[in-house]
Amino acid sequence: MRYLSLLLVFLLSFSVNAQEYFPKNDGVKQSFKNYFALTNATIYVSATQKIEKATLLIKENKIVDVGTIIVIPKEATIIDATGKTIYPSFIELYSEFGINKPTARPNGNFTPQYDTNREGYYWNDHIKPEYNAYENLSYDEKAAENLREVGFGSILSHHNDGVIAGTGLFWTLNDKATNADRIIKEKVSQHFTFSRSKFTKQSYPSSMMGSMALIRQVFHDAKWYAQGNTANKDLSLEAFNANKSLLQIFNAGDKLNALRADKLGDEFGVKYVIKGSGNEFERIDEIKKTGATYIIPLNFPDAYDVSDPYLAQQVSLSDLKFWNQAPFNLKILAENNVSFIITSADLKDTKSFLSNLRKAVLYGLPKDKALQALTENPAKLVNQFDKVGSISKGKLANFIIVSGDLFDEKNTILENWVQGNRNIIDKINPTDIKGTYDLSFENQKFELKIEGENSKFEAKISRDSINYGTKIQFNDPWVNLVIKNQDTTKANFVRLSGTFIKGQIQGKAVLENGNETTWTAIKKEIVNTEEKKEAKKEELKVPSMYAVTYPNIAFGTKEKPKQETILFKNTTVWTGEKEGILKETDVLIQNGKIAKIGKNLPASGAKVVDGTGKHLTAGIIDEHSHIAISNGVNEGGQNSSAEVTIEDVVNSDDINIYRNLAGGVTSANLLHGSANPIGGRAAFIKLKWGYSPDEMLVKDAPKYIKFALGENVKQSNWGDNARNRFPQSRMGVEQVYEDYFTRAIEYKNEWDAYKSGKNKKMPRFDIEMEILGEILAKKRFITCHSYVQSEINMLMKLAERYGFKIQTFTHILEGYKVADKMSAHGVAGSTFADWWAYKFEVNDAIPYNAAIMQSQGVSVSINSDDAEMSRRLNQEAAKTVKYGNVTEEQAWNFVTLNPAKILQIDNKVGSIKIGKDADVVLWSESPLSIYTKAEKTIIDGIIFYDLEKENQTLSQIQKERADLINAMLDAKNKGMKTQAPKKKETGHYHCDTLGEYCKESHYKYN
Amino acid sequence: MKKYIVLLFISLLGFAQQTPAPKQNKSILIIGAKAHLGNGEVIENSLISIIDGKIATIGDATLMKPAKHDIIIEAAGKHVYPGFIAPNSTLGLVEIDAVRASDDESEIGEFNPHVRSIIAYNTESVVTETTRPNGVLLAQITPRGGRISGTSSIVQLDAWNWEDAIIKENDGIHLNWPRSYSRTGWWAEPGGIEANKNYEPQIKTIQDYFDNAFAYLNTKNSKKDIPFEAMKGIQNGEKKLYIHVNGEKEIIDAVLFKKKNNIKNMVIVGGYYAFKVATLLKENNVAVLLKRVHDLPLLEDEDVNLPYKNAKLLVDAGVLVGLENAGDMERMQTRNLPFYAGTCAAWGLSKEQALQLITENTAKILGIDNQYGTLESGKSATLFISEGDPLEMKTNVISFAFIDGRQISLQSHHTELYERYKGKFEQQKK
Repeated sequence: MRYLSLLLVFLLSFSVNAQEYFPKNDGVKQSFKNYFALTNATIYVSATQKIEKATLLIKENKIVDVGTIIVIPKEATIIDATGKTIYPSFIELYSEFGINKPTARPNGNFTPQYDTNREGYYWNDHIKPEYNAYENLSYDEKAAENLREVGFGSILSHHNDGVIAGTGLFWTLNDKATNADRIIKEKVSQHFTFSRSKFTKQSYPSSMMGSMALIRQVFHDAKWYAQGNTANKDLSLEAFNANKSLLQIFNAGDKLNALRADKLGDEFGVKYVIKGSGNEFERIDEIKKTGATYIIPLNFPDAYDVSDPYLAQQVSLSDLKFWNQAPFNLKILAENNVSFIITSADLKDTKSFLSNLRKAVLYGLPKDKALQALTENPAKLVNQFDKVGSISKGKLANFIIVSGDLFDEKNTILENWVQGNRNIIDKINPTDIKGTYDLSFENQKFELKIEGENSKFEAKISRDSINYGTKIQFNDPWVNLVIKNQDTTKANFVRLSGTFIKGQIQGKAVLENGNETTWTAIKKEIVNTEEKKEAKKEELKVPSMYAVTYPNIAFGTKEKPKQETILFKNTTVWTGEKEGILKETDVLIQNGKIAKIGKNLPASGAKVVDGTGKHLTAGIIDEHSHIAISNGVNEGGQNSSAEVTIEDVVNSDDINIYRNLAGGVTSANLLHGSANPIGGRAAFIKLKWGYSPDEMLVKDAPKYIKFALGENVKQSNWGDNARNRFPQSRMGVEQVYEDYFTRAIEYKNEWDAYKSGKNKKMPRFDIEMEILGEILAKKRFITCHSYVQSEINMLMKLAERYGFKIQTFTHILEGYKVADKMSAHGVAGSTFADWWAYKFEVNDAIPYNAAIMQSQGVSVSINSDDAEMSRRLNQEAAKTVKYGNVTEEQAWNFVTLNPAKILQIDNKVGSIKIGKDADVVLWSESPLSIYTKAEKTIIDGIIFYDLEKENQTLSQIQKERADLINAMLDAKNKGMKTQAPKKKETGHYHCDTLGEYCKESHYKYN
Repeated sequence: MKKYIVLLFISLLGFAQQTPAPKQNKSILIIGAKAHLGNGEVIENSLISIIDGKIATIGDATLMKPAKHDIIIEAAGKHVYPGFIAPNSTLGLVEIDAVRASDDESEIGEFNPHVRSIIAYNTESVVTETTRPNGVLLAQITPRGGRISGTSSIVQLDAWNWEDAIIKENDGIHLNWPRSYSRTGWWAEPGGIEANKNYEPQIKTIQDYFDNAFAYLNTKNSKKDIPFEAMKGIQNGEKKLYIHVNGEKEIIDAVLFKKKNNIKNMVIVGGYYAFKVATLLKENNVAVLLKRVHDLPLLEDEDVNLPYKNAKLLVDAGVLVGLENAGDMERMQTRNLPFYAGTCAAWGLSKEQALQLITENTAKILGIDNQYGTLESGKSATLFISEGDPLEMKTNVISFAFIDGRQISLQSHHTELYERYKGKFEQQKK
């Protein structure tokens, strides 16, 4: 009877969802709305507060009251929730649910587009703050059902497209309403990403650092626009300014990107809520320091199918280990008091949300933190805690009913109420028809056995030990049975249909011949299968977590290596200074510096390294490197990109850092590529393997910017589609510089006029012009990719016209032709030892280049531009001895002291001199010998590479791989889901690498 | 005696750049050099007599009395080496990597055994002339691309035209073995690696091709099939089958293929993971032309120095190993071949063993060891004199080089520009 009344209420609610002031033409208006009372439940009114034997009273879409002493109105529909647990329903903050998206433009070969398609909006199509999710809705019932089934009741939807992706709305998953009722707030958030929009082909930005620079410029422009400094209309900037008060969400992903997003926010006083990727534990200290709130997915990877050993070899230790570690992420975040909320985003199947959530709890995430992260925290973030996020008077009736403790695997979510609308997932008190029955019809007696789970019953019918194939359907109270005749040669069936009431089924039977009769089935005894099942079930075991290493890949260390006091005894010291090469000498390093050089130095507590027969040198400095860079080395979307900086995208997880250490490299100047005449700013790092990007950066090193000339900037080798960007010739390259430097001067004049009060109107703050201004003010230095003599000469003359000098020509393969002019200008040459013939402009590149330049007084260094060559720069330096008879000491300085001088950091590094940083390498033989090996590589007095320990490290890697592979095979045997092996891509950047992703280029057009 | 040496220098300078050396009519005697024979042996104080382009005698100078020679080179304190050999090379097939018009290294189509590298080999390539001053005097010119790229030939690197250059014409067929896994995604967005579902069918296609080729060759045919004709010699071992392959599983499959088809002469080219199946290779008499030594490990988890140690692992297991150099900027990098060998010595091999990797071993693998690869009486006088250890950058300073006894030019586009601009700046000083 109760069910019947419920059904009526439901029917009523269907027809009354129109707004009260809307006209009604299909009947009469009805206004009666009854109370619901859920009684005797365990209720989590909040994540931390539980009430037993409580009642929850609801009317319409709201909670009327909750508690143990509640007056239930007489007319209320009462639902007995004894033994059930009620939780506030979950809140999803990171979703594209219900957004109507246009179809993305197809991929293909297009002529690059540099200008915007829009009118009245920002100049860059990837900036879309004016996009509002609430204006693009298409409520998706299927997706809503999936989300409700795992406990969600309300959701923040946005369109994850573009660098600034517009606003999101907060609404409910209420199928029985229109958007008029669902929408709680139409604009709650503004969204940022590092990625381009899929709906425009405007080429800028083409890298992560480009996206970051673009966001910065938008902040500046929006402020300037708000102050009324421009006459034109910019609907994007207006929207951006209007969105300021909203929740600012940054879809960052990887943990290093999270740090980047947070840093970006700090620059403009914005505290981003950061959408992570689940690997935050790998840099937990830095993540914690951001103080940001994180949106964390539960996308734990499946085990790899490693049954084929050849294929399994392709899976990296970091990926194997991540499988083990990922489920601990939330536990670690919680332990470190990082504020987070949990999202169902990034799951292949929303249905796995609950099981993964339980896994996270099993792996140590406290239940209350899990609940908070799904209810209270997100509600507060979107400023809707007065409506959702807990169960209390006046809030929306958004809650779930669980058969018990939510985090216990055996329990299920039975109902999910959204805005007072009841969605039944599993019946609270399902009718149990399991049992053995005496079945009779047409004077025949059978035995009927019904087994199995609720809603998935199985039936067996037998007589005299003959079984009849039977299918059962149960749709309370209706039971349908289809019984196959025992004669298997004929397709004859008997159909029984009846209703189940209190242990008895009665109804109509349709016989094989179509005759109808009646049947009954009377229950004999209860079948108890529960116990058997319990016994079968295995205790879920939590594996022990593999230690996080720094970085969390092969060759990482469990603790960041620490500074030591080291005394190198009796070794050959290549000072790099006027002292030259000192034999049988001791060097003491202390507090990260070179403390003493001399004979018979006392050890006094220092770790003593016998250097007999060995050589100690300063660490190699690679003036031109592209290792350790995330998501794009080139911002080639425009012909000038001074606004971008590699400092934004230093990647501490690149294995090439370690490989470089093994080649005696201690620091590297990370350069932007050569896709445009004015490239991006450089980052000077020390290869402190295991440390964070921030710790690797040498912050007080003089600042550099990459320029480029020749084939790459005129796009000679980019294919026939790339013919629409200026410059397309060397002639044009000069004019690009003329243009930008002229503008930079005018820009400065405008600002000067404004600052002095001569001009009232504030000029636009232009990051690019600011940087060019730094060059003109000699506060930033150019290292310019260059090949042929004409262009080299051009740039020197241009710089002289603008009153500055070029600091370095890099590559500079025809430097030998204009070495005298270079010397006169005072520019350094950082070149390859012997590269040539890879493109037309290197046809006259000769290996004697370094020697000739040096002979004319040019400061010369040998660089790599290549992750492979950089680990053999000592050999490349040795080539200059062969090609041009450079002395060995001089050749060695080409990769140590000279690059330090060229980078103007020789006060700190580049030679073995008392007071300089202890960046040193111990070599087994002369550092210039092909037979030498770097045995110890030390930075700031910290040993980062030790050849002695290499075998131990390798066997550790092998052991961990073997253990993890065994664990995965075990997982597969237990029937757990697996995924196909994947190789981690470790591509390498060169000057010409375009786009965000690494590739191993077939030709190097460096 | 001194007069002769002076003469020789004059004649050297008199050569226009890149002009191939004429036939050697004079007898030459090299006295006092440390001779590195290329087979692991060394003669501290050697005497090398070159007559008619051949090494007439080589021996210990303290035990021999030199006969009269037209030219005598006093080489005490210097070193003599057999000319280095660059196998699996595209020298002369491409001039400038980025200029498509200068690129003749590959053809369209999957099975091209009939495509011959030798006829496209440009003896006047300016890249080639830069390899000789570093001791690389011979090369196997090899086509690229497809499943069967085509037929290679072995040349000496100082010739007027490709016919002049030939040491061994059409020495072998080059087969690119499929990979058991494939890369997903596209160049800008590389995906992961996944199992290549087509691996087995691809091997079957190769098997079918060989079956058909051998069937054709073993019967009388009225109509000529050009590609199958080119497969002639693979069965009886007259032509070598070079299988370009790096993966462990793939190498095993390649060896199985050799056994199944009873192929006499099979060589693994690349062979990055050959060390894992070294015993199998040794048992089946399969040699390896090892992938470029100066390279990064293929996998993140691998020993960072594995590419340097690879040769030693194979040599220790008794596999015949030479070094090859295919890859990025491969033509220009040819001159670094000796330094690849040097690196192998740094990581475990002796210097003489390392030398074998680019001399005797390669000559054996290519099947030219009856004439080249070692300093032995009766063999071609293809050798050079170096001031020091040529496997070491600093001391790879070559004063004389001979191919078949012809004293070749050590000038190049590079030395010419060097001299020109050095001269310019010296003039300016005055």
